[in-house]
Amino acid sequence: MATDRVPDHLKPNLAPLSLYVPEPKFRPGDAVDFTQVPIPPAGQARRPDPADAADSFIDLAFDLVRVLDDEGQAVGPWNPRLSPDTLRAMLRSMALVRAFDERMFRAQRQGKTSFYMKCTGEEAVSVAAAHALDYEDMCFPSYRQQGLLIARGWSMVDMMNQIYSNTADRLQGKQLPIMYSVKEAGFFSISGNLTTQYPQAVGWAMASAAKGDTRIAATWCGDGSTAEGDFHSACTFASVYRAPVIFNVVNNQWAISSFSGFAGAESTTFAARAVGYGIAGLRVDGNDALAVYAATLWAAERARTNQGPTLIEHFTYRAEGHSTSDDPGQYRSAGEPTAWPLGDPIKRLKDHLVALGEWDDERHAAQDKELAEQVKAAQKQAETNGVLGHGLHQPLDTLFDGVFEEMPWHLREQQAQMIAEETASGRPWARK
Amino acid sequence: MSDPESEPSTRMNMIQAINSAMDVMMGRDPDVIVMGEDVGYFGGVFRATAGLQSKYGKTRVFDTPISECGIIGVAVGMGAYGLRPVPEIQFADYIYPALDQLVSEAARLRYRSAGEFTAPITVRSPFGGGIFGGQTHSQSPEGIFTHISGVKTVIPSTPYDAKGLLIAAIEDNDPTIFFEPKRIYNGPFDGHWDKPTQNWSQHPAGEVPTGYYKIELGKAKVVRPGEALTVLVYGTMVHVALAVMEEAGVDAEVIDLRTLVPLDIETIEASVKKTGRCMIVHEATRTSGFGAELSALVQERCFYHLEAPIERVTGFDTPYPHSLEWAYFPGPVRIGEALKKIMKDA
Ligand SMILES: Cc1ncc(C[n+]2csc(CCOP(=O)(O)OP(=O)(O)O)c2C)c(N)n1
Ligand SMILES: [Mg+2]
Repeated sequence: MATDRVPDHLKPNLAPLSLYVPEPKFRPGDAVDFTQVPIPPAGQARRPDPADAADSFIDLAFDLVRVLDDEGQAVGPWNPRLSPDTLRAMLRSMALVRAFDERMFRAQRQGKTSFYMKCTGEEAVSVAAAHALDYEDMCFPSYRQQGLLIARGWSMVDMMNQIYSNTADRLQGKQLPIMYSVKEAGFFSISGNLTTQYPQAVGWAMASAAKGDTRIAATWCGDGSTAEGDFHSACTFASVYRAPVIFNVVNNQWAISSFSGFAGAESTTFAARAVGYGIAGLRVDGNDALAVYAATLWAAERARTNQGPTLIEHFTYRAEGHSTSDDPGQYRSAGEPTAWPLGDPIKRLKDHLVALGEWDDERHAAQDKELAEQVKAAQKQAETNGVLGHGLHQPLDTLFDGVFEEMPWHLREQQAQMIAEETASGRPWARK
Repeated sequence: MSDPESEPSTRMNMIQAINSAMDVMMGRDPDVIVMGEDVGYFGGVFRATAGLQSKYGKTRVFDTPISECGIIGVAVGMGAYGLRPVPEIQFADYIYPALDQLVSEAARLRYRSAGEFTAPITVRSPFGGGIFGGQTHSQSPEGIFTHISGVKTVIPSTPYDAKGLLIAAIEDNDPTIFFEPKRIYNGPFDGHWDKPTQNWSQHPAGEVPTGYYKIELGKAKVVRPGEALTVLVYGTMVHVALAVMEEAGVDAEVIDLRTLVPLDIETIEASVKKTGRCMIVHEATRTSGFGAELSALVQERCFYHLEAPIERVTGFDTPYPHSLEWAYFPGPVRIGEALKKIMKDA
């Protein structure tokens, strides 16, 4: 009876099912041609009123908000009309992030630490957001938003101390390098487990709303990380409670060796995830600092006025490897980074300032030199506190701190055991 | 079972042996499929699946979205269809999002459907520390899984065992967690982090048959016979414990458990009854670790043969620290101190 449910009209030509498995366009050795990537002209996307209903601008989840055009002009309704001083401050932060990344990547290669991750090509995403948010707003970042700390003026020496797990590391060498935690700068402790920060940001935002506060939360994750269940839990909660939170999806096209198609990008945009949850969605040129700034400011206004959450997809490109642990040449074409159609975010902001007559090549070169010196000096200072060397620079007696607020008997016992082991080994470790 | 002695063999490290196990099984059984984050074209972040996609195609070896709960849930569904999935969780530290699918689903499917549905899946995952991976690339969560009724837990300590055990796990019709001690992927580790690392090419168990063979699940291996005490150990710690016993010149019987569930209780019982002393070593945290179960079992079965209290040597009950890794790791000093204690009245 129930054996034949295939409609008659399908039967004659019915081919067997086949499993579709995505495949990126280019692999190592392939010539890269990104002309298939649709890039609408700058200035074209409309800008709804921040008070508009989320379902009245669904088109923006499939569009691309862009402000900076190919001539370095800021155009269209999303132009945030920033002062030259603000533009220069953003440019400086972005260049500083890049200089910091260069130096710390090299420090890992020199054996001074175990791990590092750059955000090359993605500097605008976090730096412009940091400029658009209030300093009091709470950030729940992934591991690639070092730009938030740098743009918020946080101490590079402090960041380096963490990277080196040295004696001045406020995190006591407990965390993997770059997994910062800076409460003072509104920067939540980074987790190694992907996307856990998303629902946490919603919870912080719900708490702020419940308390009648004015502060909002913002969170970031990568394209690949949107596949985790936590992403979807976060969207549901944010939608239900209209939480004052900004969801940033940094679509840098790659998740280690997996292209964005493995997170669903072949079927729709990441901004479109917002549509199904009934929350505001924007898709933004992530290499355009002005577009990121404007979108963040717009989303912040919605959040601050009880209009609820916004999901912003930042369309960008991971210009270098995932981390110090991989060689991108093994899984993607070496031609991709330079062929990326949205260019380099630093160069684009620089060209804009030059076009405005507010900047020039000499000043830029001088700034690069100055920033490199600044990073070098910070590194020198951080290294006076030690570098990662088989733990010998981290006080031994910190190992048991912070498991609980108060140390229960079994941890005290184990701590004593550890100290006895130190004695037995005849090799003393550093102390607090 | 074929006789591995007569088969062609070659030198392999543990990654290559694991790769070879999947290769052999994919060649023998078209229902075996491999999936996980970055396992396809790239061949896995530790290269364990290198070459499998080009050999068996994308419908049998594929990348997945970054969703561990999705990976295991999908594997359960594929198993229900009749496939034999071998999903990889990139690091054991990232298995937690998949817990519900593992604990409530894979582990219970046979029981709750009275055998109508099963989950013949083998979850491979690198685990353990000693690589400066910090708290999210170092954990040993095997005790979470041994506590779950309905999943098997397997942990190899050599390339030879890794291949034979992985083949047995893949052929097994129950869900199996296969934790790979990543510290010894490239070579055995004696616990002396400040000495040059070994590689498998010098170790006898680095000689691995190229074809099919399996090591029955639930069978421990006496890696060093002895009379003075029994050391129960698995994974990386097998090599650390062996080195300590050698250096101390103690006539220890070292038993590599290889499978935690089901456990080879006969081998353990016979050994402890012979030696009268039992030391348990694992890298995982102490409280409710698998050592607690082992200790209870030995006490229940060998109490009247014990001449000293059972010693448990473990990681401390803290998250895995980054810079203080070697203070945390249950290395030669910690094992040596426990050895002194247990042998005090011998
Ligand atoms: C729960 C969990 N699963 C897997 C990993 C391993 N992992 C670390 S980063 C990464 C890729 C993330 O890609 P994406 O979200 O696109 O962020 P990007 O690195 O591109 O910034 C993976 C799979 C992890 N850290 N946590
Ligand atoms: Mg990405």
